[in-house]
Amino acid sequence: MSLKTTLLLIPLLPLIGSLISGLARNQVGRAGAHWITILAVAGSCLLSVSVLQMQLAGEIGVENISIYAWMVSDGIRFEVGFLIDHLTTLMMTVVTFVSLMVHIYTIGYMHDDPGYQRFFSYINLFTFAMLMLVMSNNFLQLFFGWEAVGLVSYLLIGFWFKRESAIRANMKAFLVNRVGDFGFLLGIAAVLMTFGSLDYTTVFAATPMMAGETISVVGDSEWNMLTFICICLFIGAMGKSAQAPLHVWLPDSMEGPTPISALIHAATMVTAGIFMVARMSPLFEMSDVALSFVMLIGAFTAFAMGLIGIVQNDIKRVVAYSTLSQLGYMTVALGVSAYSAAIFHLMTHAFFKALLFLGAGSVIIALHHQQDMRYMGALRKHMPITWITAWIGTLALVGFPFFAGFYSKDMIIEAVHLSQRWGSGVAYIAVVAGVLITSLYSFRLLYMTFHGKARWEVVESDEHHLPDGQLAHAPKESPLVVTVPLILLAIPSVLIGWYTVEPVLFGGWLDDSIYVAKHNDVLAELSQHFHGATALGLHAVLTIPFWLMVAGFAIATFVYLFRPRVAELFSQRLPFLYRLLDHKYYFDEFYQKIFAQGGLRVGQGLWKRADAGFIDGFLVNGSARAVNWVAARVRRWQTGYLYDYAFAMIIGLIAILAAWVVLY
Amino acid sequence: MLTITHFLTLGAILFCLSVAGIFLNRKNVIILLMCIELMLLAVNMNFVTFSRFLDNLDGQVFVFFILTVAAAEAAIGLAILVVLFRNRETINVAELDDLKG
Repeated sequence: MSLKTTLLLIPLLPLIGSLISGLARNQVGRAGAHWITILAVAGSCLLSVSVLQMQLAGEIGVENISIYAWMVSDGIRFEVGFLIDHLTTLMMTVVTFVSLMVHIYTIGYMHDDPGYQRFFSYINLFTFAMLMLVMSNNFLQLFFGWEAVGLVSYLLIGFWFKRESAIRANMKAFLVNRVGDFGFLLGIAAVLMTFGSLDYTTVFAATPMMAGETISVVGDSEWNMLTFICICLFIGAMGKSAQAPLHVWLPDSMEGPTPISALIHAATMVTAGIFMVARMSPLFEMSDVALSFVMLIGAFTAFAMGLIGIVQNDIKRVVAYSTLSQLGYMTVALGVSAYSAAIFHLMTHAFFKALLFLGAGSVIIALHHQQDMRYMGALRKHMPITWITAWIGTLALVGFPFFAGFYSKDMIIEAVHLSQRWGSGVAYIAVVAGVLITSLYSFRLLYMTFHGKARWEVVESDEHHLPDGQLAHAPKESPLVVTVPLILLAIPSVLIGWYTVEPVLFGGWLDDSIYVAKHNDVLAELSQHFHGATALGLHAVLTIPFWLMVAGFAIATFVYLFRPRVAELFSQRLPFLYRLLDHKYYFDEFYQKIFAQGGLRVGQGLWKRADAGFIDGFLVNGSARAVNWVAARVRRWQTGYLYDYAFAMIIGLIAILAAWVVLY
Repeated sequence: MLTITHFLTLGAILFCLSVAGIFLNRKNVIILLMCIELMLLAVNMNFVTFSRFLDNLDGQVFVFFILTVAAAEAAIGLAILVVLFRNRETINVAELDDLKG
């Protein structure tokens, strides 16, 4: 099989699977739908791994393959093509692997859902779109993938379309993403305007020549063209990767089924923004302003969103805020030019966050769709596999030495520490404090869910909908289709960091995809202190982040395991802080008041004043009234008598004659 | 000696008579038609006068046309009058005000 065929099959298999299971859902049935889609994803996962192996063996280098020229307009080619380098291969492997795990898990999670085939069709379509996004060799296809994953995300958040909250959430996700996409589209347009091409290699090759270009955005103030492009592109990334202030859609997206939260809203789609910025590294490297902006946005998100996670009670929302915070970490890494560290964290995060989400989903099934942690507790004995894998995921998330998250997060923190970029001091404080916060909310989740006293009871009842805290059956461990993906995800969550930190960060694995300017290269500086993954893990006990993590663990253990009253006292003593966090810094209220209500008011104003008042009232009916008014007066002259008409004629004739005499 | 002034004065008098006839007559449509005929004759008078005094035959050619048109007009006018009378049973001008706005 030629390389081109292999590469074509990777995205097309899920597309075909999606079409079959979606359009012929009644013919293939439930089992047919999951077999077709799982085989399709497994196929593209295997092919991705084979591409990775070919790359590791050195059989293929950077391959830029054009598949099809969609159109040529004014000398600009719009193509479908694949750029296969190490970054792409890494993303392909991660995406297809996590997607495969989620597909298998879905068999268990969506077991009783009437939309079973539809769900499989959607997630297969998502895999296709995400692969198109990461494999693209030009901006247009990137944008196609970008919008397609957004569409599937919208469809899946609103999967249970009879729930009003789900409909509101998917509308919100769609609208907020439009804001980001608008920036993204402007960025792509600016690229086209400046470089006259949408092809990555052409654009990146020409980038150094464009360093001096300027553009006047507002009035006469001149902006550096590349800064403008980068900030516009990053606004797109802010929407997709849920960075403040465009993060508001991600927590609400938890209305969708849990496998989706794991696949789309934790592991893959939301990291598309991070991937995009890393892919555009030659552009971003030319603009210190844009990178500072990226870093500060990321630092704010990493710190502030983690704090919200501490006060949430919905198990999925805690993990969602954790995702926001971790995406913030990746963004900070991008901002300090440690693109490899961002991609590395993206990869480890994909595994352990998918694991945590699927674990949360497993708990939710066991408790009959109870998501509130206040009605959980003591599940450890009932669901041992979920419990152990959740611990592994949590340890990876908080950055316990030797777990995957430790390597990626520690490297980001060190990179920020070494960076000379404007504002990196603030960012450093934010990411270090973020470690404590991460540890706090992660262990809080673990304790509230699996440890402590059971805050639920089993009651004898035939009722289908029991009040909170009452269960018809004792919770039991989920079936194999759920636990096997958990175990398969737990393995990389432990090992992948230790195994890949050296090649990805310091071995030049991503050198063919990512460009870092000499003076920005913090990772090169870091590599001088790097003496192997094991040494790094052992060295951790001497670092601040490690002790902050331990402190978070200690506080969480004390507060949530031994003295649950302390948390209540805290919220009573500091009502202002608690309310601020409980309302998520009032972002939603602000948007609701300003943009939603404002938009409504502008619309109503335009409708009542401009349309009904001015156009209908003044222009349309007004001219009719004016004609009516004039006619009412003129009709008096129409007496109907012949001699009056004759008189008018004569007078008219005389008037014309008089005028003629006077004028000539 | 008859000069051009006499002829033109005659034309003007005829014209004014016909205009006055249209205005002053409030009774009879037939009189209106006659006034219009008279007006055309006044115009013909002027044409003939100028034709004679300027030694140009064009004016007299025009007179023939006008007489033809006037004859046609009188025929149509009388025909309308007959139909009008048949429908309304009156030819009183003061009662014909259907065009009143």
